[in-house]
Amino acid sequence: MELEKKILKLLEKDAKMSPKLIATILDEDEGKIRDIIERLEREKIILGYSTVINWERLGEDGVTAMIDVKVTPEREVGFEKVAERICRFPEVRCVYLMSGTYDLSVVVTGETMKDIAWFVSHRLSTLEQVQSTVTHFVLKRYKQDDFIFEEPEEDKRLVVSP
Amino acid sequence: MNSMQNYLADTVKSIPPSGIRRFFDLVTQTKGVISLGVGEPDFVTPWHIREACFYALEKGYTMYTSNSGLLELREEIANYMKKKIGVEYSPQREILITIGVSEAVDLALRALLNPGDEVLVPEPSFVSYAPGTVLAYGKAVSVPTYFEDEYRLKPEVLEKYITPRSKILILAYPNNPTGGIMEKEDLEKLRDLIIKNDLIVISDEIYAELTYNGGHVSIASLPGMRDRTIVLNGFSKAYAMTGWRIGYACGHPDIIAAMTKIHQYTIMCAPIMSQMAAIEALRHGESEMRRMVDDYNNRRKIILSGFKEIGLDCFEPKGAFYAFPSIKISGMSSEEFCEKLLMEEKVAVVPGNAFGANGEGHIRCCYAASIKNIEIAIERMGNFLARHRKG
Repeated sequence: MELEKKILKLLEKDAKMSPKLIATILDEDEGKIRDIIERLEREKIILGYSTVINWERLGEDGVTAMIDVKVTPEREVGFEKVAERICRFPEVRCVYLMSGTYDLSVVVTGETMKDIAWFVSHRLSTLEQVQSTVTHFVLKRYKQDDFIFEEPEEDKRLVVSP
Repeated sequence: MNSMQNYLADTVKSIPPSGIRRFFDLVTQTKGVISLGVGEPDFVTPWHIREACFYALEKGYTMYTSNSGLLELREEIANYMKKKIGVEYSPQREILITIGVSEAVDLALRALLNPGDEVLVPEPSFVSYAPGTVLAYGKAVSVPTYFEDEYRLKPEVLEKYITPRSKILILAYPNNPTGGIMEKEDLEKLRDLIIKNDLIVISDEIYAELTYNGGHVSIASLPGMRDRTIVLNGFSKAYAMTGWRIGYACGHPDIIAAMTKIHQYTIMCAPIMSQMAAIEALRHGESEMRRMVDDYNNRRKIILSGFKEIGLDCFEPKGAFYAFPSIKISGMSSEEFCEKLLMEEKVAVVPGNAFGANGEGHIRCCYAASIKNIEIAIERMGNFLARHRKG
């Protein structure tokens, strides 16, 4: 269990870290590390691996919106069923159940604001459990998943010091 | 321009410039170098500590503090020392805040040495103890430590260098440049010899938080050693605060008072904003510090396994963030090795002889570098060794 956690912590920071390197850091056999990672993937503890990209630097202007959604919970299943339905749309990146003044927080990406407006009006609001939506567009990203977007990364230390 | 050499003080002329300096110039002239030659963390000071400094400036803390440093900081240090090494110091009389451990070393030597007194300096060691001794009109006596002993100081070796003029023993563990440590039983073996010969110990414990197989033990915690030990520590390595220049000395009130006297006439006090940042570091810096130490440990393992793969002989360094492999298989001197490695493969490491004559045949590699850079450096060193391996 401890070992699993240590592997996950390393992969959470750097998904590209090779089993060989993980084995070196944790003083373990590489084969054993591979087996554990495979099992964690099978058990859906590791859901996948993605890359944090600063698209803006490439000149790609995608649009991201965070939508506060109020929904009517259903008998037996509460928010589960509607949340699952919302998750199915490919343009939906994240869905969270929230405490506070609304119920679901839905993160949606599209190429233009129009795409998102269309998604909200045609897909989201039309679900019968959805009572209301408030859409917030992301204007600029400063930090995401531990990465700061504009921070210069150069090493300012003297190259040799005692 | 006329030479002014004749005007310079003899003592200053007698000490050689730092061996690292020449190498530094060489490295800065070369482009695209991956450096394992630095002696400081690759992290920037944790944000909450930097914020404490902004706050201090905003509130107008821009004045002198007492010579000894902010009492609040000395109180935090007293708590820390009690927890860390199990020794109690009075914040009022037994703790002095200095400009990094470097100043504390200088103060301690000047406070204790009469002309001709001898200082035992186990080598390889950090570069300032011997010159500091000479500047205080003492005599530095190198005491070798050996690769085979993982650079622990052995009493049977130390004994050979003790004379009636011996007054101070420098202990700097976890060690720069070797990464060696002294465990409790190693220190216990030294204790009788130190007491028998009435030595004072200057224990530079700046890397105390950077140990990887069990915690750090200070010689001050052994019976009979507290009053004859000056423990030096600071914030540079543990909290990635090298540029803040904050260190401290803990010891017997007579010695601390003597050090404070020199400090008050030469330095006055450490910068107040750095002192306030240091308070924040001790109060809330533990978790970020642990995270950094865990990261060093990961990289320590990577560099060691890399050395093994390319055939460089290295004992397991259990402290600081340096590895000190032998370069015997290259058949080169450490300076030749480092220069060629720099020119041919663009990797900077520091020649072992910069840390004392018996560091010859070794190189210091600092693993406070990104995993990627360590991997590239190892690969390049492997290529280098493939070309230059002797026998």
